Amino acid sequence: MTQATVSAPTTAPLSLTSGRLPRFIEPAAFAASLVVVAVVQLLLGGFEIATWLVFSAVLYLIAMGVFSSIVEGRRKATDRVVRGLVTSAFVLAVAPLISTLWTVVSKGMGVLSWSFVTQVGGTAFDADTLEVVATPGALQAIVGTLIITGIAALISVPIGILAAVYLVEYAQPNNPLRRAITFLVDVMTGIPSIVAGLFAFSLFALIVGPKAFSGFSASIALCVLMIPIVIRSTEEMLRLVPNELREASFALGVPRSITIIKIVLRTAASGIITGVVLAVARVVGETAPIFIAASFTDNFNADPFNGPMQTLPVMAYTAYSFPGQDIDASQAQAWGAALLLVILVVIFNLIARIVAKVFAPKAR
Amino acid sequence: MTDAATATSAPPKSKIVGGRRVGDSFFLGLSTTAAVSIMLILAGVAIFLILKGLPAITANWSEGDLAGYQNKDWGSFWEYVGPLLWGSIWAAFIAMILGTPVAIGIAMFISHYAPRRIAGFLGYIIDLLAAVPSIVFGLWGIIVMRPLLLPLAQFLNEYLGWIPLFRGPVSSTGSPMLAGGVVLAVMLLPIVTSITREIFLQTPRLHEEAALALGATRWEMVRLAVIPHARSGMVSATLLGLGRALGETMAIALIISPSLIFSTALLTDGYNSQTIAANIALNFPIATDLQRSALIGTGLMLFVVSLAVNMLARYIIGATGPGAKGRKRGKRS
Repeated sequence: MTQATVSAPTTAPLSLTSGRLPRFIEPAAFAASLVVVAVVQLLLGGFEIATWLVFSAVLYLIAMGVFSSIVEGRRKATDRVVRGLVTSAFVLAVAPLISTLWTVVSKGMGVLSWSFVTQVGGTAFDADTLEVVATPGALQAIVGTLIITGIAALISVPIGILAAVYLVEYAQPNNPLRRAITFLVDVMTGIPSIVAGLFAFSLFALIVGPKAFSGFSASIALCVLMIPIVIRSTEEMLRLVPNELREASFALGVPRSITIIKIVLRTAASGIITGVVLAVARVVGETAPIFIAASFTDNFNADPFNGPMQTLPVMAYTAYSFPGQDIDASQAQAWGAALLLVILVVIFNLIARIVAKVFAPKAR
Repeated sequence: MTDAATATSAPPKSKIVGGRRVGDSFFLGLSTTAAVSIMLILAGVAIFLILKGLPAITANWSEGDLAGYQNKDWGSFWEYVGPLLWGSIWAAFIAMILGTPVAIGIAMFISHYAPRRIAGFLGYIIDLLAAVPSIVFGLWGIIVMRPLLLPLAQFLNEYLGWIPLFRGPVSSTGSPMLAGGVVLAVMLLPIVTSITREIFLQTPRLHEEAALALGATRWEMVRLAVIPHARSGMVSATLLGLGRALGETMAIALIISPSLIFSTALLTDGYNSQTIAANIALNFPIATDLQRSALIGTGLMLFVVSLAVNMLARYIIGATGPGAKGRKRGKRS
């Protein structure tokens, strides 16, 4: 810095931008490093997108550091390098997201068809031809996923919302029960999902016996994961409801319970529903707990209280890890299930966004 | 049961509306029951895991179903769970080392570097990472990440092979711990990012502006005003990420080729420590009753460890962090 300020008046006409790199230097330097690395890679004979981007970023950071410390001084140079670093951290995180979605879509697109969604798939022994035939289809998994997630939502949503109502509307801030529950909810969000599955399995194994696999058991496992998410989001929404509304209602002589149901919950409704839908989207993709509690099957089973049930994430896992004789067919099943699962998650996320937009109370 | 007790102890403001009404106390009882049920569920998780896991923990491991389980002779349950516990912690640790710096960088980018107008949208993109089901990440890890990391593994082994971490023989299929760790790191990005971002945003505005007004560059402002303020929050976010990685099952189960040993090797096929969660997922369907009980016992250990990590994280953020008073404001901005 001292260099720049001392030398600036003597060499260059004094202006606001003396001793500074021009504004376009950052994109220009990045484009230059992209080109340089590409050329070097082509000359060495091995062009590859991942290494190209990584080396370009490294070259850019070094070049920026050197240029800037010559022209602008060490402090500015550090600033520019850090800016480059945090930006590349962001890009580094977006890359797997795009790559994942691209992989699932490109691999699953060929499998996905109307019959894949509407027919029960799996492998079956054909007695006439004496061959094992693989039918593509995911109906059993779609039905299982919807039933298991639906039951989980039916159980956890009332518990979650009521617990949040207790925490926000009833308990005083210093109430020990409230503090304990807030802490436990935090802790509960950290329960490993497979432990939730083991819990449900143990519970039903002690009640029903060793053949305890059922869809309902998986729903209980999902509840353990879903309840804290619902409580957290509902709590946040209830805190947003202005206190004036509650006070106005009390002033009119409305009882507390009616105030909560008709005023507070109604005002926060869109936020709560958004939170619930997002919680469903979160648990619908859980593999491990469902795999433990509901096991897996190729048969169509729509009875949540009886026998193993197939779901989309578990289908993707089992079809890939324990393939049948026709490995290609099994992997196709896996990618199809994975794509359906991603589509389901996207649908839930869109619903959440739409609910949040359309039903949001008019802000004032 | 407990509702009646708490209903009287919790001071509802029913006085304001004059006298207690039936509907009021019913609704209070209902919501208190829901809140108390959280405790019951957590206690239930612990109790049922203990009940189901105890037979294997106390069993004689030299005979019956447990003798030579998974092709090794175990003296007792603790000998069996040891390598698994190590594997879980090691994998989570690798993921944490790889993921946390990136996550903090992203949080910094979104909160202090990105243009204000699109910062919210960028945050939403990172949150999308959390929405991708873990099984999808696992499949992606197999077909994209494994081949991508193979050259890197060879490079590390060739030039840094004298470090025990990178010892050979290098995996030829690309199923080493490194691939699992990288995929786990991607999966813990969103949770660490969202927590640190929130804490970065809670930095007092005046501190930031004061630093800038004194001529600090943006990085100096961050270093002087933001990071000291957010230090404890960053630590606890890191721990929460570690907790998340500890319990992650599918990515590890799908990607690495494991064995039940204490190992730190990152690049080999046969010397990857297995994690508890992946071990359960792989062996649960084919296990006998007593073996299942052993697996549930290992699950209990995982539960205890991740509970401890989470409690520590919450304690740090509660005791020294910006705390509850700043939390609300930060969310909004």
